[in-house]
Amino acid sequence: MVKSLIITGFGINCEVELGAAYHNAGASFHIAHFNDVLDGTVQLQDFDILNFPGGFSFGDDIASGKVMSNKIKFKKMQNGFTFMEEIDRFLKDGKFILGICNGFQMLVQLGLLPDIQGDFTPETSLEKNDSGKFEDRWVHVKVNPKVQTPFLKNLDLLDLPVRHGEGKLVIKDKHLQKLIIEHELIALQYADIEGQVTGQYPLNPNGADLNIAGLVNKTGQVFGLMPHPEAFLSFYNHPNWSVLKANGKALERHQTGQVIFDNIVQFLERN
Amino acid sequence: MLSSIQTYLKPHLKDAKALNIQEKCEHQLHIQTGKVMVSKWYDVDYEMSDVALSDFANQCLRNEISKEVLTNTLFDSPDYKSLIAVAQLPGVTDDEGTSAQMALADFLNADIDLKVQHIYTQTLYYFENNLSESDMQKIAHNFLGNPLIHHFQYITKSSSSFNYAPYVPKVSLHTDETVEIINLNLTDLQLEQLSDTKVLALNLEEMHAIRNYFDRSDIKAQRSVLGLSLQPTDIELEVFAQTWSEHCKHKEFNAEIQYVNKTTGEQKTINSLFKTHIKGSTDVIKQHLEKNQNNWLVKVFNDNAGLVKVNENQLFAWKVETHNSPSALDPYGGAITGILGVNRDIMGTGIGGAELLFNTNVLCFGSPNYEKPLLKGQIHPRRIMDGVVEGIEDGGNKSGIPTVNGSVVFDDRFAGKPLVFCGTGGILPMQYNGKNAWEKPIDIGDRIIMAGGRVGKDGIHGATFSSTEINEHSPMSAVQIGSPITQKKLSDFMRIAAQKGLIKSSTDNGAGGLSSSIGELAETTHGALIHLEKVPLKYAGLKPWEIFVSESQERMTLVVEPENLNAFMLLATHYEVEATEIGEFTNSGYLDVRYKGKIINYIELDFLHNGVPQRKMPAEWEVPILHEPTHIKIENYNTILLRLMQSLNICSRENIIRKYDHEVKGKSIIKPLMGDKGQSPQDAAVMRTGHDSFEGLAISNGIMPKFGDIDAYEMSCGAFDEAVRQIIAVGGKLPNTQVNDGIFWTVNDNFCVPDSYYHSEKNPDGKEKLAKLVQMCDGLYDMATFFDIPMTSGKDSMKNDFKAEGVKISVPPTILYSMVSKLDDVRNVVTSDFKTVGDWVYQIGETYDELGASEFYKLYGELGANVPKVRKEQAKDLYLKIMKANEMQLIASAHDLSEGGLAVALAECVLGTDLGVQIDLNALGNTTDAVKLFAESHSRLVVSVKPQNSKAFEAIMENRCFKLGQVIKEPVFEVTSNGNKRIQIETKTLNNSWRNGLV
Repeated sequence: MVKSLIITGFGINCEVELGAAYHNAGASFHIAHFNDVLDGTVQLQDFDILNFPGGFSFGDDIASGKVMSNKIKFKKMQNGFTFMEEIDRFLKDGKFILGICNGFQMLVQLGLLPDIQGDFTPETSLEKNDSGKFEDRWVHVKVNPKVQTPFLKNLDLLDLPVRHGEGKLVIKDKHLQKLIIEHELIALQYADIEGQVTGQYPLNPNGADLNIAGLVNKTGQVFGLMPHPEAFLSFYNHPNWSVLKANGKALERHQTGQVIFDNIVQFLERN
Repeated sequence: MLSSIQTYLKPHLKDAKALNIQEKCEHQLHIQTGKVMVSKWYDVDYEMSDVALSDFANQCLRNEISKEVLTNTLFDSPDYKSLIAVAQLPGVTDDEGTSAQMALADFLNADIDLKVQHIYTQTLYYFENNLSESDMQKIAHNFLGNPLIHHFQYITKSSSSFNYAPYVPKVSLHTDETVEIINLNLTDLQLEQLSDTKVLALNLEEMHAIRNYFDRSDIKAQRSVLGLSLQPTDIELEVFAQTWSEHCKHKEFNAEIQYVNKTTGEQKTINSLFKTHIKGSTDVIKQHLEKNQNNWLVKVFNDNAGLVKVNENQLFAWKVETHNSPSALDPYGGAITGILGVNRDIMGTGIGGAELLFNTNVLCFGSPNYEKPLLKGQIHPRRIMDGVVEGIEDGGNKSGIPTVNGSVVFDDRFAGKPLVFCGTGGILPMQYNGKNAWEKPIDIGDRIIMAGGRVGKDGIHGATFSSTEINEHSPMSAVQIGSPITQKKLSDFMRIAAQKGLIKSSTDNGAGGLSSSIGELAETTHGALIHLEKVPLKYAGLKPWEIFVSESQERMTLVVEPENLNAFMLLATHYEVEATEIGEFTNSGYLDVRYKGKIINYIELDFLHNGVPQRKMPAEWEVPILHEPTHIKIENYNTILLRLMQSLNICSRENIIRKYDHEVKGKSIIKPLMGDKGQSPQDAAVMRTGHDSFEGLAISNGIMPKFGDIDAYEMSCGAFDEAVRQIIAVGGKLPNTQVNDGIFWTVNDNFCVPDSYYHSEKNPDGKEKLAKLVQMCDGLYDMATFFDIPMTSGKDSMKNDFKAEGVKISVPPTILYSMVSKLDDVRNVVTSDFKTVGDWVYQIGETYDELGASEFYKLYGELGANVPKVRKEQAKDLYLKIMKANEMQLIASAHDLSEGGLAVALAECVLGTDLGVQIDLNALGNTTDAVKLFAESHSRLVVSVKPQNSKAFEAIMENRCFKLGQVIKEPVFEVTSNGNKRIQIETKTLNNSWRNGLV
């Protein structure tokens, strides 16, 4: 059975629905307080996929995801390594990492995404929305047809909720921007209902560079996104479900956020 | 040595916060600031080398893609000529500083005491233009902070650079172990003065009762033996004040009321409105329910929240609180502590450790466009609104609890004191390891643990202060800022600890702090012993009495058995939650408080809890003589409807709703706004209770203070009906209609009224105000017992007056009903927006000539006389019919009729869609078009029905439905009456008006 590790604690708050997503996909999951990882109670190498859920780790103080990523980078674990060093080994073993919202912010702070240079130097940042405020709204995201990651297999367009105040992806410079495009590391982009990528507010809710809603690394093992697929496990979570249902257009499972978890679990089961 | 770090956004990046300040200064204050820059400043009070400081700053505080960083230097540039530095005042929560300390500890892998402040943050605002100090003060007080909790520095550039010395809010106080003896052998006048100056909020009779207690010979003898002063100590007097506060003891709801109706001559005596009306109604309902084996009422009124049974494995806890006084002083702090406080009520229900499922918020403000001059200490309603919304946003979002339902009511009588109702629902397992989770067992010898935050001077006298009016001299220590992260860690820990069986009972530290929480728990074993010096403090300098009554946030009092203490403490350490053993439960009969071994408080528990004298209060009522306006003539219905759509009490709340995370946990089914554009407003919220089933909850609220201007009884009934009909609209079912149907309803009643205690000079209309309170309670009793919908918990706030410069602003008497009911299957619920072209549109329920206090009359500045009345028998008949139609899934959409009547309800059903609707008013009979369109008669819905279902639907509804027209493809809203076109407006136009009312 595919084993999924979900990190929580210190203000992370989407761990339960993320667990439900893996459960639905047929995987086992373990929700662990980060201190359980630090003190060795939970061993990363026992798992196939590591998850950083959404939430407000350390209240978004200093910068979203920053204090938690410092902990991952600098805090020495019981075994003398940092968790970042464990993550490095985990990836070298061919395993997978998913970060959603606050988790995506951590992955970006840690340099795990997009990591073009391959040395975990931060190359992008998630900044305050152009609107200046936190917003909860649904968006359409277009999946890059050329992206190489099992998470997004056979996907084209998805509706998902965003719930963030700091989701504007800023890329360090034009050169890096070019490389991100060339390497097909853009996973998701904000789009209109037809699937046309757009920078228009509120379709793009935060003003992200290149309208990016999610990134992958070069190997496709690390995937991070601002929207919350784990909050769309049922068609009945969709804001327009009642109209769609009344008109005979109820969405199938592969049209909900569940599909991302089904994809990765099926991939891991096969390999 | 103190060092500093400064970070700021790289100049090429857009800074939305800075732009927003610039814009607000220009539009709201007419101050041209020029370009604005916002920057963060950290004062680091921790010994480290320059290299280490620089490494820490660069690696931990800076985001190198977006930020620049400076150490031990202030950013300066010729582009900026003015600077405002905003720091916290000493002792005010600085979460960001604490998080930075955590980062420092992790970075250095050093064992830094995180409970002590080493890093202080402030925000620096740079302005391009040279601003006067008075302009800077205006900007600071309006947009950047609150002088009650913030320190401001205003700096203009005199030479080439800013002359800035950072203000560091270090608390430097020395230990103060003073315990004062208070002599109560005073004249009556002196006793009253003592109560005033010490903010005890005790009246003369209560002061006498306390004096008499200390005069009792048995008490005297005992105190002599113990070596205690014969007169009370300061802490003892404070304990009485907290325990006997209106906030904690609900003295007015327990008062004996002499009610006289001068119009009818009727006279009655009411011995405690709480006993006769609130609890009284639930007692009657419980009998009704149990006759039908509907045994879902598990615990009512005697815990932090009411508990009902969801299924064999789960209980639902539901509590709604008010936080009006703190929100009037500091809107952000008041609201965030309101939310976090009511969260703790749920965390501390039964054994404790409930899962927090959702939050609600109902807010009453003065108009954001309020133009009257502000009184001393009064904050402009727009600032109150912005601050309160931000507080609820942070309190809910940062705790990971969705804010799913709410209301905003505008009325300038809320411009002095706003009403801020915060609610939380939670799930408790039926049992923890075989122990009933709803019980609160305590045995002699069990340990008393304080867990969570530390104690500071913040929040001293919250309970007694909220039991008086607000005036220019209100105590600043009552203001506090919450720390959602501290509480999130605490609630995560409590869930695990309760599941492991390590917590035996729990309660929260809210009003009255430890004195109340321990005082209440001690009733179980009949005694408690507390060692106050063990209580961890934020800083030195608190007197023992201050430690005992401080309402510092994020603290729970937990009961742990001695044999579990070790395991409990280890778990707390692992979760980074501070927990301290501070005493134990005894059977001494006394609340025994010691400081370093010396007894400083020894009060008999029986007297403490039962000794407060019952108040006697007069209520007097005379039916007011009111008239319907006669001069209103409608020239253009289109204009009227558009004005209504953008009026404050009808227009879209999208700007508020989207700031709240209403979907975290992934259980949301009906959100506040639905549809493909997310712009269709809904009635009740619906969510699943878990991811493994489709069982769910419908959550609604009813509040309509305006009707109380005509008739407080009908206002109360109307608000009750509003909350019920919203749940019926989404597909909910009335309770107790079948044997053992398992459909629970659980209601919190929240009364917020102006001071109703008659005084010939200070409160000459007190009798009339009290009469309104009685009438509201009569309405509650009649509605609740008729529908078998019980109050399970509630709250009253009895002093909602703002007094300054000789002016008093009093809120209108207000009641909020917050209801939750169980749904068997959330997949069958009904939303409010129209679905399909060709669906038939009906009004169900009858319209009466009831334009009194309507939004329509308000457009003309009229009140009127014909208040909407609830006809409860007819309402119930209608709701039963709707339930039947929903069982057969005949209804495609349903929306309740409230503010603005039929016209507004119909508009709300289309304005989020690309559809239109064509309506003919003739089906509604013979009244005027104004009544048909705008009357706010209760117990009515607009529904749409697929053509193939209309026959079956009409058969069920019999004569209670009125076919108005059809959903059409053209996006137009059309109303005709007797062949005359009354309204014709494009859907888009309606949408624009509705969305532009509150910007």
